[in-house]
Amino acid sequence: MDHHRRVDTEITTRVDGVTRTVLVDTRTTLLDALRERLGTTSPKKGCDHGQCGACTVLLDGRRVLACLTLAVTTTGKDVTTADGLAPDGHLHPVQQAFLDNDALQCGYCTPGQVCSAVGALDELANGHPSHAGDVTTDPQLTRAEIAERMSGNLCRCGTYTNIITAVEQAARA
Amino acid sequence: MRPFDYLAPTDAATAVRTVATNPTATYLAGGTNLVDHLKLGITHPDLLVDTAAITTAGITDHHGGLLIGAATRNSDIAADHRVRTRYPALAEALLSGASGQLRNMATAAGNPLQRTRCPYFQDATTPCNKRRPGSGCAAIGGHTRGHAILGASDHCVATHPSDMAVALTALDATLHILGPDGPRTLPCTDLHRLPGTDPTRDTVLEHGDLITAIELPHNPLARRSRYRKVRDRASYAFALVSVAAALETTDGIITDARLAFGGVAHKPWRAYRAEQALLGQPANDTTYRTAAEAELTDAQPLNGLDGGNSFKVPLLTRTVIATLRNLDQR
Repeated sequence: MDHHRRVDTEITTRVDGVTRTVLVDTRTTLLDALRERLGTTSPKKGCDHGQCGACTVLLDGRRVLACLTLAVTTTGKDVTTADGLAPDGHLHPVQQAFLDNDALQCGYCTPGQVCSAVGALDELANGHPSHAGDVTTDPQLTRAEIAERMSGNLCRCGTYTNIITAVEQAARA
Repeated sequence: MRPFDYLAPTDAATAVRTVATNPTATYLAGGTNLVDHLKLGITHPDLLVDTAAITTAGITDHHGGLLIGAATRNSDIAADHRVRTRYPALAEALLSGASGQLRNMATAAGNPLQRTRCPYFQDATTPCNKRRPGSGCAAIGGHTRGHAILGASDHCVATHPSDMAVALTALDATLHILGPDGPRTLPCTDLHRLPGTDPTRDTVLEHGDLITAIELPHNPLARRSRYRKVRDRASYAFALVSVAAALETTDGIITDARLAFGGVAHKPWRAYRAEQALLGQPANDTTYRTAAEAELTDAQPLNGLDGGNSFKVPLLTRTVIATLRNLDQR
């Protein structure tokens, strides 16, 4: 095949409540489309291999990794980043809880942590089980459950203890 | 990453023909493994065929069992109350793998088809017979902590990484496949192959074959099933060893059993020899140990720069005992 030809595809995706249309190469990840093409820099590029969770966004309301999602697959879908969780500067309860509990130090992983926590709490509220509990019973809101459900988000500053407290506070808010 | 075309077909038969007739085409489902491999330069397809519109998401009742659509997300399978009560080992296996984000992306059909996490396979600069036939195996004599103790060959010592597939293997699940010649079924126990002289192929599927659904058969035994995984971290890590097990006892005597191991071979390892050793025996640790040891008589641990993987033999034996003991006490 001709490796110099263009493989650009137009996608139309709703990003933080605004419909955006952009031409992307088929190889472009959602993360790169957001950051490099649409100027939405809230999701971060940590490992770019699905291991750190810094790029976590909500896709049609569910937490996913933007670095392993090809942008061409997101046409017609709804993307919410941590930025979009605070329209007009009004913080989401999870974001407020992160501030209240010093659940960050450098802050690089925080937008991913916040989106992951929002998704995780939604899953918990819907009765989704986790490895921390018994699959035959309804899950309970415990620190062990929160730690397990947030294990896909690394924090190199090591603020895990406060992150768990923040997520716990947001869940009870 | 090499450029590729992207198609999102709506007709499954057309899509299957498209992939079957194009050796450089590949299916895209959740993308959690494939997109990473595109970045790592492990695979170089010219065409991605998106399965989103040609496979279904959802779980339906089916002949007393369940039929899981190929596009069903891993998290949705694990959350389904029928799966959790009737096939708990499957829910546990899914929840022991990856992270919440990845389980929301990964599909039912994609999970068993994920490729080994052998670090040499994932590093395009090292020799690897699975990635580049005839180039050699960097794992042999290298770091072997995560590698096979059963069924390996001189060509490849990689392990299969899926937790889900281990549970499916123990629970006698069946794959529904659409190939160029039409639909067919395949027992999950027959899906994956040992490396032998051709480690490039993980499964017996032909190029173009599309998994359309996974069928869990009606079996009351599956209600008493568990998945136990042992790994270097408490969460978000691949198995060193894992055990999917189901056990039925009457008056303290084992009347039926299913046993499959993960993290120890190129495929989910259905432990038929151990199952036979359990039948008719009293449900106690001595029986469980004897069964595990019967399966592991052929184990061939590897030496390695990191101390090798001989620890897997006693670790797996103890994990089998603990899992079966827990089931008997349920």
